This record gives sequence, structure tokens and C-alpha cells, in this order.
Amino acid sequence: MTRRWPIPRLAFSRRRPAREEAGHDEDRVHRLILPHLDAAWTYARYLTRDAALAEDIVQDAFLRAFRAQASCHGDGKAWLMAIVRNCWHDWLRAHRRVETAAILTDPVDENTPESLLERQGETDRLRAVLGDLPEPFRETLVLRELEEMSYREIAEVTGAPIGTVMSRLARGREMLAKLMLESEEPDEREAMQR
Amino acid sequence: MTDTPIPCADKLLALHAFADSELDALTTVAIEEHLRTCAGCRAALEKIEATRALLSRTSLRHQAPGALRESILAEVAPRAGQNRKSRRAGVAPWLGGGVIGALAASLALLLAVPDMAEPGLSDAFVDGQIRSLQGAHLVDVETSDRHTVKPWFNGRITYAPPVVDLRDAGFPLVGGRLDVVERENVAVLVYRRRLHCINLFIRPMPRLASPFAGETHRAGYNLVRWSSGGLEFWAVSDLASSELQEFRRNFERESR
Repeated sequence: MTRRWPIPRLAFSRRRPAREEAGHDEDRVHRLILPHLDAAWTYARYLTRDAALAEDIVQDAFLRAFRAQASCHGDGKAWLMAIVRNCWHDWLRAHRRVETAAILTDPVDENTPESLLERQGETDRLRAVLGDLPEPFRETLVLRELEEMSYREIAEVTGAPIGTVMSRLARGREMLAKLMLESEEPDEREAMQR
Repeated sequence: MTDTPIPCADKLLALHAFADSELDALTTVAIEEHLRTCAGCRAALEKIEATRALLSRTSLRHQAPGALRESILAEVAPRAGQNRKSRRAGVAPWLGGGVIGALAASLALLLAVPDMAEPGLSDAFVDGQIRSLQGAHLVDVETSDRHTVKPWFNGRITYAPPVVDLRDAGFPLVGGRLDVVERENVAVLVYRRRLHCINLFIRPMPRLASPFAGETHRAGYNLVRWSSGGLEFWAVSDLASSELQEFRRNFERESR
């Protein structure tokens, strides 16, 4: 299989005079927001732990992003992720009195294109374990490890001080390591239980 | 379980930041210094690296469903469509930001530094890496199965490069290809780390080459070189050099 890469928009063409941007709405949207759709989707999936809900959240986030695009200066990714997060928290606030238990315990994803990949079992387990972590740790891990955002960007998205981001990351990794790494030898564990 | 050495509590956050390449130069040096003497912190760092390797599988990310993409595009089309006749939306594949970034970086390099004087050897490898990211020529044989990659080189080059899959260490094998360095065909193995690409050039040791390992930087890329069994290895990537060294360690261990 051959891959076709698109010609990228260059980093230094990002900043343009504002008057020109007004004339190229679509360009700006494409450059700024649309490339981060998968990132927004991934973040929403791990935040909501529900595919249908994530779809609503991302759609809502993109609508808001389109409307507010003038307020985005610099990196579109952190800005968009912050909007995704806001949409999720707005949703939580609106549905606080509704029974959310069903949503919150829903298993992480079933039907992705990657399901054909080998080692799906372990990937599923990792997704589930990650999905079970408390939200602050989960989202910090997703933004850092899956989306490769810097501490500063994560602080920007989550509205937490850098120190908090760092301690959440450390704690999150520790929890994940406990669940994934220390249970990797089932034989040994069974032997110990006997 | 045996006793594991205890890491210094006050260094824990710094160790994480070290693994994330978020420390400034001074603190990085201080931590490296400390790691040499503190077994507890070394063990803690290894655990952090292992956790990061687990999470570095690209399959943990989700790909937005086509329907969602369509409806978002439909949302933006009526507003922006008036400005332009042709829309690029349908054509643009939705690649991860990292790939776009890597492409942009490599293209920017070409545009910004068009006349590099007499490219040296490491430039040749960086060029190979950049070429690989530009066209469809990342891999000639695309498979994560090392038993497919290894025989593919038969008859194409005169030596047999070691091929290992480092998926468990968080560096899944993507495939292999042939490249030309100093007018000779060389084997290239392509690995992935999260959204980054690693090109590993393997060729017979040139007669005058130093037997020692080393690392260097060129145009934003890190290069790590080592040799083993009469072969010379050059790993090229935009990954942080600490991660590239981690890759080297894993490769050396697995190919032994």
C-alpha cells in the first residue's frame, strides 16, 4: 500500500495579517481547526467514554470554534481542545441531575478501524484501564501521551497550573503502571495468591 | 517481589519532566548527574519509560468517524464556500498533527536552507529521512512482520541487516526500504514512535569509520550512530535524543 501525503501548510505561513484572514475564512478554518479533528475526537472519547456523546461534544465544539475563530491566536490545537473540554463540562452541568451512571460505566469503544490490528486485546485493555482512571489524570495522560502536548499547552487546555499538570501526570502514570505493568505476569500473581 | 530501591521523593516530578523532555538544560544535567548515583531514581525512570511505551501505541488514539467529519464540513461549507470555488476539504487526508508537523518541518527545511554547502554524511541521512517523509516513499515493503522485511532485502543489498520488531518497547516496525547514501544502496528500517518516524539506516562499516557510538543533530533532527557486527547503524528522527537513545538500547538488545 502506498501512502499519499498532502502538501502541508507551512508553519511560517500561519500568521497572516488579520484583514487577509477575513477574506479566507475557509483557509483559516482548515489550517487552524480541521487538522485537529482526530485529536479532538480522541480527547472527547476519553472524556465522555461514550461514542455517541463524544460525537455531540465534538460537533458542538467545532461549531463554537468556527464561530469564535477570530479569538484564536497562535496554536489551534490547544485552543480547540480547550473548547472541547468546555463543551464537555457544560454538558455535565446541564445533565447533572440526570442519571449518568450508565454513560460513565460504558465500556470504551467497540467499533474502530483499528479493530483489525493485531494485539487488539491488549490495546482494548489499555483503553479500558485508561478510561477507568479518574478524569483529571485520564485527560492529562491523553493530552500528554496520545496528543503529545507540552505541559504548558496542557495547562492552557485544562486551566490548571503547570505544577498541578505535573503532579497529575506523575500520579496518572503511576496508577496506569500499577494496573498494566504489575499485572502482566498472571502466573506469578496466581502463584502468590495461593 | 524483591525490594526495589526507593526513588527520592523530591525528584519524582523532575524525573517525569525529564522523560517528557520538559526540563531546562541545567536541571537536565543535574538529573542526569543524580541518576548516575541513585539506583532508586533510575528504577523509577525506567518505570516511567515503560508506562510511556505502553501509551505510545498509535492505536490508542481514535479516528473520527467519517459521518462526523462530513457533518462538520457541511457546517463550515456554507459560510466559507462563498469565498472560494474549489474546496480542498475532500482531498485533505486527516493526518495526525505530528505527521503534518514533520512534513512541514522537513519542507520548511528545504525551503529555508536550499543551498547547504557540500552536505556531509549526517546530512545525507537527514536528507534520506526528509525524502522518506515527503513522497510515498516511506517504505518499499510495508509490514510489521520482521520475517517479511528481512528476506525482502535479499538480492537488493549484499549484506543481511538485523530486523527486529520493537513494538513492546513502544517502537513498532512499519517496514523497510532501500535508500542511496554515498552512491551505495543501504537498507532502511522504518519504526514509529507515537506520531514520529524513525529511519534506521544500516550499511556495512566503512573502512575508516570510528567504532564508537555517538550522536549528533542536524537541522532539527537527531541522529544516533552505533556499530555492531561489521554494520554501521544510523537512527534519524525528530524525536528527542533521549528517546532515540532508548530506541538504540532496545534495538541493540533485541538484535543480539
